[in-house]
Amino acid sequence: MKKIIYLLALVLPSQILADWQVNMPRGVTPTSEIAYDIHMLMFWVTVVIGVLVFGAMIYSIIYHRKSVGHQPAKFHESTKVEIIWTVIPFLILVACAIPATKALIMMEDTSDAGITLKVTGYQWMWEYEYLEDGVNFFSKIDNKSNNARRLNSGKDVNNVENYLRNVDNEVVLPTDTKVRLLLTASDVIHAWWVPELGGKKDAIPGYVNELWINIKKPGVYRGACAELCGKDHGFMPIVVRAVPKLEYEKWVSLKKDNRVAESQNIGR
Amino acid sequence: MSTNVQDIHEDHHHTPSGLMRWITTTNHKDIGSLYLWFSLLMFFVGGFMALIIRAELFEPGLQLVVPGFFNQMTTMHALIMIFGAVMPAFVGLANWQIPIMIGAPDMALPRLNNWSFWILPFAFTMLLSTLFFESGGPAAGWTLYPPLSLQGGNSMPFVILSIHLLGISSILGAINVIATILNMRAPGMTLMKMPIFIWTWLITAFLLIAAMPVLAGAITMLLTDRFFGTSFFTASGGGDPVMFQHIFWFFGHPEVYILILPAFGIVSTIIPAFSRKKLFGYDSMVYATASIALLSFIVWAHHMFTVGMPLAGEIFFMLTTMLIAVPTGIKVFNWVATMWKGSMTFETPMLFALAFIILFTIGGFSGLMLAMTPADFQYHDTYFVVAHFHYVLVPGAVFAIIAAVYYWLPKWTGKMYSESLGKLHFWLTTIFVNLTFFPMHFVGLAGMPRRIPDYPVQFADFNAIASVGAFGFGLSQLLFIYILYNTLKRDVTAEDKVWDGAEGLEWTLSSPPPYHSFEKAPRVE
Repeated sequence: MKKIIYLLALVLPSQILADWQVNMPRGVTPTSEIAYDIHMLMFWVTVVIGVLVFGAMIYSIIYHRKSVGHQPAKFHESTKVEIIWTVIPFLILVACAIPATKALIMMEDTSDAGITLKVTGYQWMWEYEYLEDGVNFFSKIDNKSNNARRLNSGKDVNNVENYLRNVDNEVVLPTDTKVRLLLTASDVIHAWWVPELGGKKDAIPGYVNELWINIKKPGVYRGACAELCGKDHGFMPIVVRAVPKLEYEKWVSLKKDNRVAESQNIGR
Repeated sequence: MSTNVQDIHEDHHHTPSGLMRWITTTNHKDIGSLYLWFSLLMFFVGGFMALIIRAELFEPGLQLVVPGFFNQMTTMHALIMIFGAVMPAFVGLANWQIPIMIGAPDMALPRLNNWSFWILPFAFTMLLSTLFFESGGPAAGWTLYPPLSLQGGNSMPFVILSIHLLGISSILGAINVIATILNMRAPGMTLMKMPIFIWTWLITAFLLIAAMPVLAGAITMLLTDRFFGTSFFTASGGGDPVMFQHIFWFFGHPEVYILILPAFGIVSTIIPAFSRKKLFGYDSMVYATASIALLSFIVWAHHMFTVGMPLAGEIFFMLTTMLIAVPTGIKVFNWVATMWKGSMTFETPMLFALAFIILFTIGGFSGLMLAMTPADFQYHDTYFVVAHFHYVLVPGAVFAIIAAVYYWLPKWTGKMYSESLGKLHFWLTTIFVNLTFFPMHFVGLAGMPRRIPDYPVQFADFNAIASVGAFGFGLSQLLFIYILYNTLKRDVTAEDKVWDGAEGLEWTLSSPPPYHSFEKAPRVE
């Protein structure tokens, strides 16, 4: 034990930026909130069952041991208790399945979306296309992280801001708008995941998967690819900046102007 | 069966000595020992890879290996631990225990038995050799999902051939187990009088026969996609990458129970022995095991909730997966009821079995959480999943195997292991296993994806703890090797009935048992 404490003492002070988050974030979308609620429901169900079962077990270990002179009882079956502990867990499961099924139906309903964002996974970056607004761009890990993450880069990653969680081009989305994401990939399977915006979905070549988010709170939300996609799988972050609708529209027109300017540059 | 008669028999056979004894052996105990030693070796090879992974993940930033090699390590660690460590250990235990627990002289098909073992060293030599290829070993994860696995280097056909060989070995072993159990039980031992370990292995053997050919089909299609121009799984040729996942997990989920059902059997044997009380609910244990096995064939897609299945599919697989909690719960309740009002002592096998119940149940709890599709969208492919399956496989399957070794080692060798060293091994292993895997729940929930060689600094603390735990766990297993060595060297002979509360035919034999376990079948009342 001493060894561990020494080792930890060596490591921990250097991790000033680190924190001790132990639970799923509740997030800022209806889907992330319902995922969190189901998660917490199941957590408490298992805690209660655990306390009962382990409690009985520990009681038995303390009181029914040979060293305190306990004589073994003779019973070894009882149809009644077998039925009880088949039926009760079954009823608990039914009680959990009902809200989970409802949640699932809600999560899979991608109808009536305000805007549609097509996301394409590449080794190792993302392409975003705003289908209605005609904006599209690639987004990959920012240079600072990318330089620091090389083997023996000589850089202390603790000093890199948002190490492995920053990109060159952020996704900008309006708040209070149902956004439908269409996910696909061009080479191998990727998965698009921002924990605070809800669950992930795979981006699969030959498939177009759907996912919807509706961000309730402006802010910057960070995530990453969640399906092993080759050597740089750990280095394709996702950054979503959620802004009020007006600001979003400004951003769209700015992007469009830039694109016109770029194409003129190319034409020259 | 007296030892004298035994000696005469060995003379009759003129078994070769030295290396040839082991290569040509058809004896269930020799082959059982070969399996167990091989499994121990692979446990350390796979463990060494795990330590490379944990060393790299000790701190954020890349310090030791490049990402490509990291992926080879995660892939190989899984393949070796599943097919090289846990499965052969269970087959080794089956070889040693089935004949002496059902009152048979040997396994039903001894030559097949020899072959099914000797395939393994060749298969693993081939698998491990790929690490020395210029293009490296397999790096697409042990699940071999295309299209990524189709991108691999030259290792791919070698990996596929070695998995085929492992599958052949498993199927042959399973055939042998079924033939032995169904045909060679002592007179009077009806199916419902069999020791529970025999029941769990019988059911596992059927799972193996059903599941392994499915894997063989999946990887053969990968092979033809790569080398013969087919497009089973490539979208650009009209194929379907998701179909591979369905086929793979149709094998993969029964495989999960192949890795845990024999462990249930072991724990159901050890808990009554040290509680000095019969197993509670024998019949319901058998039915629960059978229903887990049957359910395992209709839950596979819970491994792939995020692929974009239709809503009906997601609901179906969520509900069937939740159902598995019922028979699994029955097992845990029966174990606790077996201990209840018993007269318990806490020798090393019992300690490992008790830790199994608590820690496997924790793994079961996270499994139940993972079954809930809405929450699984968050858990999927994170360290929460890594924590879950390591809880059911390490303090689950591996603890059961270690418990079985301590429980039957005195019977196998005729020597008693050191109880104080065994207990030290138990406490070190249990503390470090939790230190390694418990923090993984936290980083997973906080958003750390699995299979990444480097991570944002917010996950640093728990990863450092997990790495320290992993090294502690690995070093503690060196003590296990020493205990095995020490047992064989020390001069403490074991009695025939090693544990006063143990039941079963194996304890009527001498320790160590005669070469042909039961020359004359005992009668079971």
